Amino acid sequence: MASTIPKKSDSALRRTVVDEATVRFCGDSGDGMQLAGTQFTTTSALVGNDVATFPDFPAEIRAPRGTKAGVSGFQIHFSSKEIFTPGDTVDALVAMNPAALATNLMDLRDGGILIVNKDAFEKKGLAQAGYQTNPLEDESLDSYRLHAIEMTKLTRLAVEGLGLSTKEADRCRNFFAMGLVYWLYDRPLAPTLRFIEQKFGKRPDVAQANTQVLKAGFHYGETIEAISTQYHVEPAKLEPGTYRNIMGNMATAWGLMAAAHASGKRLFLGAYPITPASDILHELAKHKNFDVLTFQAEDEIAAMTATIGAAFSGVMAVTASSGPGIALKGEGLGLAVIIELPMVIINVQRGGPSTGLPTKTDQSDLYQALFGRNGECPMPVIAAQSPSDCFYIAQEAWRIAVRYMTPVFVLTDGYIANGSEPWRIPNLDELPAIPVQHPTARDRHLHDENGHFLSYTRDKHLARPWAIPGTPGLMHRLGGLEKQDGSGNVSYDPQNHHHMIETRARKVALIANDIPAQKLDGPDKGQVLVLSWGGTFGACATAVHTLQAEGKSVSHCPLRYLNPFPKNLGEILQQFDHVLIPELNMGQLRTVIRGEYLLDAIGLNKMQGKPFSVGEIVSKIHELLKV
Amino acid sequence: MSIETTLPVLKPADFASNQDVRWCPGCGDYSILAQMKKILPTLGVPQENIVFISGIGCSSRFPYYMETYGMHSIHGRAPAVASGLKTCRPDLQVWVITGDGDGLSIGGNHLMHTIRRNMDLNIILFNNRIYGLTKGQYSPTSPLGKMTKSSPMGAIDNPLHPLSIAIGCEATFVARSIDTNIKHLAAVLKRAAEHQGTAFIEVYQNCNVFNDGAWNYAKDRETKLEKTLSLEHGKPLIFGKDRDKGIRLNGMEPEVVELGKGISEDDLLFHDEKSPEPSLAYLLSRMRYEDGFPEPIGVYRCVDAPRYDDMANQQLEQAVKEKGKGDLAALFHSGETWTVG
Repeated sequence: MASTIPKKSDSALRRTVVDEATVRFCGDSGDGMQLAGTQFTTTSALVGNDVATFPDFPAEIRAPRGTKAGVSGFQIHFSSKEIFTPGDTVDALVAMNPAALATNLMDLRDGGILIVNKDAFEKKGLAQAGYQTNPLEDESLDSYRLHAIEMTKLTRLAVEGLGLSTKEADRCRNFFAMGLVYWLYDRPLAPTLRFIEQKFGKRPDVAQANTQVLKAGFHYGETIEAISTQYHVEPAKLEPGTYRNIMGNMATAWGLMAAAHASGKRLFLGAYPITPASDILHELAKHKNFDVLTFQAEDEIAAMTATIGAAFSGVMAVTASSGPGIALKGEGLGLAVIIELPMVIINVQRGGPSTGLPTKTDQSDLYQALFGRNGECPMPVIAAQSPSDCFYIAQEAWRIAVRYMTPVFVLTDGYIANGSEPWRIPNLDELPAIPVQHPTARDRHLHDENGHFLSYTRDKHLARPWAIPGTPGLMHRLGGLEKQDGSGNVSYDPQNHHHMIETRARKVALIANDIPAQKLDGPDKGQVLVLSWGGTFGACATAVHTLQAEGKSVSHCPLRYLNPFPKNLGEILQQFDHVLIPELNMGQLRTVIRGEYLLDAIGLNKMQGKPFSVGEIVSKIHELLKV
Repeated sequence: MSIETTLPVLKPADFASNQDVRWCPGCGDYSILAQMKKILPTLGVPQENIVFISGIGCSSRFPYYMETYGMHSIHGRAPAVASGLKTCRPDLQVWVITGDGDGLSIGGNHLMHTIRRNMDLNIILFNNRIYGLTKGQYSPTSPLGKMTKSSPMGAIDNPLHPLSIAIGCEATFVARSIDTNIKHLAAVLKRAAEHQGTAFIEVYQNCNVFNDGAWNYAKDRETKLEKTLSLEHGKPLIFGKDRDKGIRLNGMEPEVVELGKGISEDDLLFHDEKSPEPSLAYLLSRMRYEDGFPEPIGVYRCVDAPRYDDMANQQLEQAVKEKGKGDLAALFHSGETWTVG
């Protein structure tokens, strides 16, 4: 047992302080890699590092064991400085089987630490991963610091005497890997020990096993001479406050709850389960004591139309989905636009078309959000740029929705929805109030001379009154047929139709007066402007900061408002020799920018189901700087 | 002018909106609209608490003609719109107006799920066995062989029977009426309104432009007493001009028998709308004119069951009882947090 072996002597141990490190756990989807990753993240956040994470898992729940298709990974970037991405390359890779090694090794930097479970490198596993020879025994891994450890055997030894079956014992292996990496990066075990107690409290034997295995992994690191260096990452200097780690989907859910609270409304979510948006439904379903009603509808269309019914009823109505689901909601969105009721539609984007890449990220639904409906059907579109920004974007969506009486599209993506970062917990009084006023029969200006309620009377924002059922004197009928402005009666009048199309468009355009001016990170003129939107913010910010530190003439313009654009955007774009638009699509924002500003923006486009690496953006900017 | 201190006494005309009714002259929809206006003032529900939600089709123009809240939504989705509305606002009385195409074809899925949830809605399906608004294609209730613009050699789709669908989904209130049988229709509408849970009503409605006479057998003075059977709770199933025929069970099958000649009322099948098992109601819904049976009109089934809208709101109350009223600050600070000085 590890505890009987003396710790390595101080002379054999080197402690090195580094600014940052990136670790990836990968293994079979049943190996508990997501749990290892989230625990390592929480621990790193608790010691004060800035963190950014990237979980990457297959669409299949349990692909055949040991195959490349079943590999699941979790990457954590932690730092003593502010960071925006989960890291381009990995400093330490934990691979629990040959398939995980084969599919992840390319991201490990030269000279990086490679920890593998040696016991999994047997004939069948190697064959499933496509290895002709055992990479642990040939020279193919020579450029890495390889630690091939008999994790299965050591795990079984660590739980001996607890009466666990071999299968149960093997399920603890991820804790061995975690323990070892905790030692390697000088992390405390306490947070994970607390987690084990909470999670497995009902199975004391399992809790005990996981505890022993976690410690065994940690002690292994302390003891084995072959691992000679321990790394230490100091706490980051973050803005003072109380922090927690938060994932994008959770931040979206909490942002919606905060918005409902700010307007004194019940929150209704109509949803149909879909990856990667379902966690919003799961999170909200937990919080019924916050007056949150979740409706798991029979399909996406019902989720959308029940949301419309909820909006009519006077609550804060929201639906959340991903591309294929949004496609089904299209007709309902048109109805929402023409009946001019406030609601929020969230698209957690994933790879398309069709079912596409359900668990992988993409930004290819911008066109869908802007244009994906029949008729002239304008909707405000805003996008979150990081996991914690989802919290704020959800509130902003509701603020716009009620002020302008319109459905509002929120775009996030699989990358920020499942990624996490530290979030400074705001005081409730820092959050915007979102007042809502429903008209009553006493609002005489909303009635004609015969006392009929004019449901399409418009205020200075061109918003119509949100009269809700149950209010005497305001009975009215909404519907998908064209409405006469003012009365809200059905109208087939040609001039009225023309007027209404323009009015709906003008109403959305007016929102530009009501959103913050676009901010720029860097000088307001120069050689290259990187125009990012949504989830590419982190990689673009890091790339631009890197080049600015080298004295290059680069600025970053991160967009959150995509329809309408901030009023000063056109002017900003004119001040640079080149405008570069990196997108995880074929260039959807680029087409819109070209159309709007007649400006020859340059694209950097990636459609691999993966976020940009910082390096990819840096090298493209370099290319443009040379032009 | 005196000051009003009680709920105003409303007349049917008070429920007419200021919009012209634009259905074709002679359409069966007029009669349904008239009966609705007649019963609403008798329900004791404030006018502003009544909402009509419809989909698309001729019948779905209904909400525009009612001086209540309303929404003419999109094709087939009225039950889903109404479900969102009712779940959020159980205080409202919500009616869904749909047709055979809207409710059973494009919107079949929502109808099924709304019924199985026992959402407290009153759903009226205007069945004219044709697509009227799109000018005369066959519908999911058109009989086999029906010749229409889209089925010039006759429809080859086996028709759906709305009540069988509703009962198959275990609807807690199921009834059938006929547009021209106005007293019956009004009585059925009123009972539907009083039922808690999904009330599903099929109304035989004549489209005099594209499918005139589809229900003549059930409406004509000459044939209606032979071809329909008026259901009464606890009473034997008797029909005929001279009330001399009845329905008897022969094993699992219904059969038409003549009373007298050794068959008394006691030998007949007795209607029980309160039966918790939907089997009897289903059997009744299978009795078809084409097969030599009178088609039952009236209330097939009326049972109590938990309602989605009610339970959804109860869960919220229960959650508050168990966990206390939600506190955002406490939620945000739950789990692992750390402080930067």
